[in-house]
Amino acid sequence: MDPVAQVRKQSLADTKILSRAVTDSFLKLAPRTMVKNPVMFVVEVGAVLTTVQLVWNAFHHAGQISFGLQITLWLWFTVLFANFAEAMAEGRGKAQADTLRKARAETEAHLLTCDNKIKTVPSSKLRAGDIVVVAAGEFIPGDGEVIEGVASVDESAITGESAPVIRESGGDRSAVTGGTRVLSDEIKVRITSNPGETFLDRMIKLVEGASRQKTPNEIALNILLAGLTIIFLLAVVTLQPFAIYSGAPQGIFVLVSLLVCLIPTTIGGLLSAVGIAGMDRMIQRNVIAMSGRAVEASGDVDVLLLDKTGTITLGNRAATQFFPAPGIEERHLADAAQLSSLADETPEGRSIVVLAKERYNLRGRDLSMHTANFVPFSAQTRMSGVDLDGREVRKGALEAIERLCGNRGHRIPAELQICVREISNAGGTPLLVAENGRVLGAIALTDIVKGGMKERFEHLRAMGIRTMMITGDNPLTAAAIARQAGVDDFLAEAKPEDKMALIKREQAKGKLVAMTGDGTNDAPALAQADVGVAMNTGTQAAKEAGNMVDLDSNPTKLIEIVEIGKQLLITRGALTTFSVANDVAKYFAIIPAMFAAAFPQLEALNIMRLRTPESAILSAVIFNALIIIALIPLALRGVRYRPVGAALLLSRNLLLYGVGGVIAPFIGIKLIDMVLTYLRFV
Amino acid sequence: MTANGWFQIGFYLLVIFLLTKPVGIFMTRVFNRKKTFLDPVLRPIERIIYRLTGVDENHEMRWTEYAIAMLLFSGVSMALLYLLERTQKWLPFNRQEFPNVEPGLAFGTAASFTTNTNWQAYSGESTMSYLTQMAGLAYHNFASAAVGIVLAIVVIRGIARKETDHLGNFWVDTTRCLLWVLLPVCLVGSLVFVSQGVVQNLKPYTTVQLIEPQSVQVTGADGKTTTQTVTQQVIAQGPVASQEVIKEFGTNGGGFFGANSAHPFENPTPLSNFVQLVLIFAIPSGLTYTLGRMTGSQRHGWAVWTAMTFLFLIGVATAYWAEARGNPMLAGVDQNPSAMHSGGNMEGKEVRFGIANSALFATVTTDASCGAVNSQHDSFTPLGGMVPLINIMLGEVVFGGVGAGLYGIVVFVILAVFIAGLMVGRTPEYLGKKIESYDVKMAMLAILILTFTILVFSAVAIVKPFGTSSISNPGPHGLSQVLYAYVSSTGNNGSAFGGLGVNTMWYNTSTAVAQLLGRFFMIIPVLAIAGSLAKKKTVPESAGTFPVDGGLFASLLVSTILIVGALTFFPALSLGPILEHLLMSAGKAF
Repeated sequence: MDPVAQVRKQSLADTKILSRAVTDSFLKLAPRTMVKNPVMFVVEVGAVLTTVQLVWNAFHHAGQISFGLQITLWLWFTVLFANFAEAMAEGRGKAQADTLRKARAETEAHLLTCDNKIKTVPSSKLRAGDIVVVAAGEFIPGDGEVIEGVASVDESAITGESAPVIRESGGDRSAVTGGTRVLSDEIKVRITSNPGETFLDRMIKLVEGASRQKTPNEIALNILLAGLTIIFLLAVVTLQPFAIYSGAPQGIFVLVSLLVCLIPTTIGGLLSAVGIAGMDRMIQRNVIAMSGRAVEASGDVDVLLLDKTGTITLGNRAATQFFPAPGIEERHLADAAQLSSLADETPEGRSIVVLAKERYNLRGRDLSMHTANFVPFSAQTRMSGVDLDGREVRKGALEAIERLCGNRGHRIPAELQICVREISNAGGTPLLVAENGRVLGAIALTDIVKGGMKERFEHLRAMGIRTMMITGDNPLTAAAIARQAGVDDFLAEAKPEDKMALIKREQAKGKLVAMTGDGTNDAPALAQADVGVAMNTGTQAAKEAGNMVDLDSNPTKLIEIVEIGKQLLITRGALTTFSVANDVAKYFAIIPAMFAAAFPQLEALNIMRLRTPESAILSAVIFNALIIIALIPLALRGVRYRPVGAALLLSRNLLLYGVGGVIAPFIGIKLIDMVLTYLRFV
Repeated sequence: MTANGWFQIGFYLLVIFLLTKPVGIFMTRVFNRKKTFLDPVLRPIERIIYRLTGVDENHEMRWTEYAIAMLLFSGVSMALLYLLERTQKWLPFNRQEFPNVEPGLAFGTAASFTTNTNWQAYSGESTMSYLTQMAGLAYHNFASAAVGIVLAIVVIRGIARKETDHLGNFWVDTTRCLLWVLLPVCLVGSLVFVSQGVVQNLKPYTTVQLIEPQSVQVTGADGKTTTQTVTQQVIAQGPVASQEVIKEFGTNGGGFFGANSAHPFENPTPLSNFVQLVLIFAIPSGLTYTLGRMTGSQRHGWAVWTAMTFLFLIGVATAYWAEARGNPMLAGVDQNPSAMHSGGNMEGKEVRFGIANSALFATVTTDASCGAVNSQHDSFTPLGGMVPLINIMLGEVVFGGVGAGLYGIVVFVILAVFIAGLMVGRTPEYLGKKIESYDVKMAMLAILILTFTILVFSAVAIVKPFGTSSISNPGPHGLSQVLYAYVSSTGNNGSAFGGLGVNTMWYNTSTAVAQLLGRFFMIIPVLAIAGSLAKKKTVPESAGTFPVDGGLFASLLVSTILIVGALTFFPALSLGPILEHLLMSAGKAF
């Protein structure tokens, strides 16, 4: 199995990742690392404070040893659990980076020197602009462009796809990636990247999270969390004077416990794990996002630009129906159509043969015994066909056949003219077939919309995303296909610069635009789009311009990318809401426990009926720590996204994470209190 | 609680509901500089003002310029009031020959009226000359109210406008607010009040013989108690009616007399009481409609209104229930309402208003940052008194102060949209504006400043002798008194819990600082938000857009306000009113 596919199959609970994550969670305790996460840094400082207090108590026989020890341990666990979540999220990336590094292994390159001699150098010495020769069986030593020759290349090390792909000089299939292997033939490659900057290098950095920068939403969320942390810090610090006034001053253990329970540790501990996991989900779908920002932006996309051909429709038009002229049998028409297309090697021509075979079981005939004279398509006649045994069969566009028949004194029947117009209106291309100057009928060539597209566009509409089809067809045809595929809008007779103008126009309206592309002429539009997904089969220019590369080169992947982006944002929002909602129950556990000794009447607030003040506080702290562990799978997997309207999505998530977040800790803390009491820990 | 009481509360809410749209539309027209029916009279006056002051009425300001203009205006006004107080002895209209106001009190009062707080550590009838009342205090009642309203308008413009720096002109907005919105209502309103018996004169105080001499016990300086017989009473008077309307309409709350709206010359009848209540909510409620109108999302305006109304109803129901229930420690005393008496806890309440209208007034005046009172909040039951306290702690966003309530709730809307907005899978948007880190930072800053000021000042005051020496009741009630002082100051409410002796150097200074922090350090981040929102593009609405209208959003907003407020202040409340309530139920009072 190739290395990437291997990584993709790894489950969350892979022991290797797990053990590395455990080690990492201790290493991450270093204050220099912790300070990047203000919420968890406060917890760590709190844990240090209680540790100091615990040691002091132990030396001065000040009591509270068992309680203090348990609180201190659980505070450290809280920090460790958060670190563990981050380490787990990074673990998969690291494992994947390791396997990618193997693919980058030092290879030999056959450098073509100025005097046209071949010199063998290590691949790490190659600079941009060098030209190398790669023969069958050799690894391509670096990213580059084929400048001579054509070869089949095994790119499974990058894409995980085992079927070889064709790479040839010129056109849109010229880009090759370092670390892939030439299977047949020999090519000359101009290297386009310097050592350390290759696609593979960048991919390794990305999956490792080394180049991970906080995304805009993450920064905003961090500010919110830091703000909440300061508010709760104020609430706890000022509680002590109020408590002193009331004659019930509090100890360090209790105050730190209250603080840690109130600050949003759940989201604070899981936030970076959520972000890393989002990138990771992209990689699992074989999409390399150049930045976390791009992943996040994909959730915000308002408009999807989709090329018609290859994305919405199957590659080419195909014959779908025969329309015989009045008085002509359909079988006769099919027979003539097939004859006229036997030598026609265009996909349209072949599809006519296929249709005739499907409908009337007309097989390809051996024409060698006949005197068949094939007439190829020419720009003058705009017809093609065959002369066979005195039958002169022609097929062509309406005007061409009309002229042909008119010359022979025949006219196109009115019924057929209507039929032709209807085919056009429906988005198809009508071809007329004539025999000996008499028209037999029409063939409808139509675009075949890929299966399931209509449903996907409906999903997108429910998400609030407008889909726009880009096509070179005339507006009439475009409108018909747009209707059939269920896209919201289309741009007909589009030239590459129109695409660019369209993106700018939409962006000026405040919308975020996503598109896919592979050709060099797509590059400016890919760069302009907020989310530009380049196909891996595309040119180097396209890959450089976009902010994502789809290794599967599947244009409909854009829809999945949008879903992953949304999932990322939803997961963050859900965990934040849950974290803040949790605080209500913690207050009801801790506040009565703090002051129960001085004011037994406050026991009325102990609505969970927790056994003792110590067990109440300890239970809240333990719940606070365990909930981080419990939510790691959710953080890594992401909250499920359903393509329904925002209002429905919001009410569902508010109910689950808001109301659920209020209720869950009441139950959790009560259960922990019962267990602690049963085990006689308090 | 009686059906009649509930009917009055319900009728009040109905009137506010009916006023919201006309007031909102009128303000929209005024601030969009559209024609109104008052233009023939006011437009010439407006032009003269601009010509005299050299204001270019077509100049639009960036948020920073707007902020500087607002700060200059407030600063100069504050200095003038301070000067007036310090020199009133030598100035005219000082019929009672009051001395100049002490520096500490003069500073505190100047800060308090400039910030729309109207916290009063004095009694007007024994401290301020008629000139200080009219030219100093009443002037600020207008000016600070206008500043609050125009800031709300700027925030609304920030949401409504796109890709611009221009947020309007401070001088034009303020002038139009004064001429079109505040003055006409005050002219009409003061006549209505005069009809009810509110006084309006410049006479010296009248001394009258008591029909029934009163015996009072007086504790002398030597600690001995003697009985004195009082046969005369001095009846304080003055230009009250002209100041009374703006006191409520501008949610200022500073009474002409120390007794505020409990005084029969300020608030003589149940009808005047009702009018005062309506005046308090009129502009804040109307502004929610203006918000909807100007941003083109009327449903959003109503959603905000609904959230506010919901919080108002919780408050008034709790206060009414707690007060009507009476005092559990007076076992055996008939506390049920009957034809003979109103029942419930009547301590500190006026008989002409009764339980329902006192509870309603206490809720309304603290929902809005008004601070006028018609009863003594200090004498409410612990839970009844907690309602005003919590109302202010929530940031006075339940309708809130004129303008301040609206821009306050926008801060909460931004937080609510940001926290929950992510859950629809998009960068949170508020009416088409993306909420980004800068906006979150400013919103958090605004909330942090309120929290910091309230909690830190209270914490210092509660453990230091200079703070605790002013407390009149020990125990949890004392904590409530101190908390209320800083909550009311920081929230620019200005109502006093009573009981706390606040005319001391520490309280005069610290409450003044709290007021200034609570006003201007809240305004600057809010203006920054307006500036940032105005610069953004507006993302067109789609099925994926976070809905900011409807019941779901209203309940989200309510939850955010309650959770942020409750989480911040629950520890303090639990040692104050909650503990006092539990102790009282157990038979212990302070």
